[in-house]
Amino acid sequence: MSPTKGIWKVIFASSLGTLIEWYDFYIFGSLATVIASQFFPKTNPTAALLSTLATFAAGFIVRPFGALVFGRLGDLIGRKYTFLLTLIIMGFSTFAIGLVPGYESIGFAAPLIVLLLRLLQGLALGGEYGGAATYVAEHAPINQRGYYTSWIQTTATLGLFVSLGVILLTRHFLDKDLSKSIAKFNDWGWRIPFLVSIILVIISIYIRLKMKESPLFEKLKTEGKTSVNPLKESFAHKLNLKIVLLALFGATMGQGVVWYTGQFYAQSFIENVCKIDFDQSRTILIWAILFATPFFIVFGKWSDKAGRKWIMIAGMFLAVTSYRFLFSQLLDIADSKNKVELAEKKEVKTTIVPIVNTGNSIRTAVTKSFFEDGMIISETKKDTVYTATHKLTLKPDIKISKILGSGSYWKMVLIVFMMIIYVTMVYGPIAAFLVEMFPTKIRYTSMSLPYHIGNGVFGGLTPFIATLLTTIYIDNKLAGLMYPIIIATLCMVIGSIYINNKIDRNLID
Amino acid sequence: MIELFTFNTATMNQIKRILGLIWIILGPVAIYYLIKTGAGEIAKKPVIDTKIQWGVFIVIFIPIAIGLVIFGYYAIKGEYDN
Repeated sequence: MSPTKGIWKVIFASSLGTLIEWYDFYIFGSLATVIASQFFPKTNPTAALLSTLATFAAGFIVRPFGALVFGRLGDLIGRKYTFLLTLIIMGFSTFAIGLVPGYESIGFAAPLIVLLLRLLQGLALGGEYGGAATYVAEHAPINQRGYYTSWIQTTATLGLFVSLGVILLTRHFLDKDLSKSIAKFNDWGWRIPFLVSIILVIISIYIRLKMKESPLFEKLKTEGKTSVNPLKESFAHKLNLKIVLLALFGATMGQGVVWYTGQFYAQSFIENVCKIDFDQSRTILIWAILFATPFFIVFGKWSDKAGRKWIMIAGMFLAVTSYRFLFSQLLDIADSKNKVELAEKKEVKTTIVPIVNTGNSIRTAVTKSFFEDGMIISETKKDTVYTATHKLTLKPDIKISKILGSGSYWKMVLIVFMMIIYVTMVYGPIAAFLVEMFPTKIRYTSMSLPYHIGNGVFGGLTPFIATLLTTIYIDNKLAGLMYPIIIATLCMVIGSIYINNKIDRNLID
Repeated sequence: MIELFTFNTATMNQIKRILGLIWIILGPVAIYYLIKTGAGEIAKKPVIDTKIQWGVFIVIFIPIAIGLVIFGYYAIKGEYDN
């Protein structure tokens, strides 16, 4: 029998489910503001507390915990049923979030239910990846493990791509009038991306049910050699613990920050620091992802020949040496000082809306400035006009939104594309790398934990810590990059010195 | 050639062991810096959001820093030698 016979079925079944899980996990993050307004009103301190917990707990605490729970299960009962279970939990939680009535309807129960469902999402995600990567690797031919597992590696990025796409489409097509469509989306349309997920999950469950157990695990089971206590064998025995620590500090830690900087912090930086409009900041990422995704396969395949280590280290090296330059380029592109303004086209529109029963009114002034390269800057200034005292608000609310001209837009796509190329270098070969580090009987448990600490904790914290640093070093807009640069440098040093580039061809151990 | 390889391997092993000390020191330094920054940020803005955020950071990073110390200890002991 050909070693590759049926491998594409295995890849398709595993990747589709993993992609859907990432999609489910990301839509909550992408819709955090809308969800907060529906379930976590700032006026209620308990609800606001639950909101913070939903953001932090799911990403950082529950994911590694899910890795332990489902990793153990996967090493005890098998890969197939475990990652089927994670898919069912994820699908159910996501669909249920789309059905939960808002805070206005059921009060405090609403944020509590959403928090619990979000925790279930984090738990499921923690168990999914290790299972999918192990399952594909244990089916793949010896010399092409990097190539075949790299298909699994595309799913996290494609999950983000699909989630951004579905959200943008839903936001635009609920009404012919865009402002009405956005209002409908914020009111009830945000539920659609959650509800749509169930169709994809059912299809994926059907496909996965038809799959067979991993041949290597099946062999162990037949021989009665499966682990009795995978957690103890993984983390209480020095021989394995030292490899877990090496995987974390020499690979996944740096990979996590490079991934989250390229795909999440870059988008947040473009939107919040460069002040690029909501849609453009997302479509820039969508294009960059679309162009860069094939490189997961390129680097995964290349790692079968060159080894995993140096490709990942090179990705980290390029990231730490070029981040400051690339992010400063993003700032330059968005800076209007570098552009010629078409002063004659400047528009100012002012509207005054009275506030009922007060005699005061809200004044909104929208100033639109046009530039030679096609950029449009809208400045919306809102203040209260007090009739009695003829005073204005001391500190008006000012919002700036920039729409880039075509040339600048594609320059930003190119810059984000480069950052995602680094992601493909560090992330493309890592599934094969992790799978080859651990023995079959405790592989699911052992590889899941460093992966989710690296990605969930070190990676997931990147946007928060980077934003926090910019509030400490106010004058330096690039201060946020200190965190990914320091972590990736540390990981690069440890990885270069301690990791072996030799590919372990034998997975049956 | 074999001698050169032996020399390189021995040198690399030596470097791995020496660097182990740095990883051991880095663990407590990271915990100290984290707690100091967290306490400062909470004092600056003592709202529940800040407390939870820093509480989570500290709870999560302390075991990781301990892991780094163990990693350093294994490195010094030659567990990562070629």
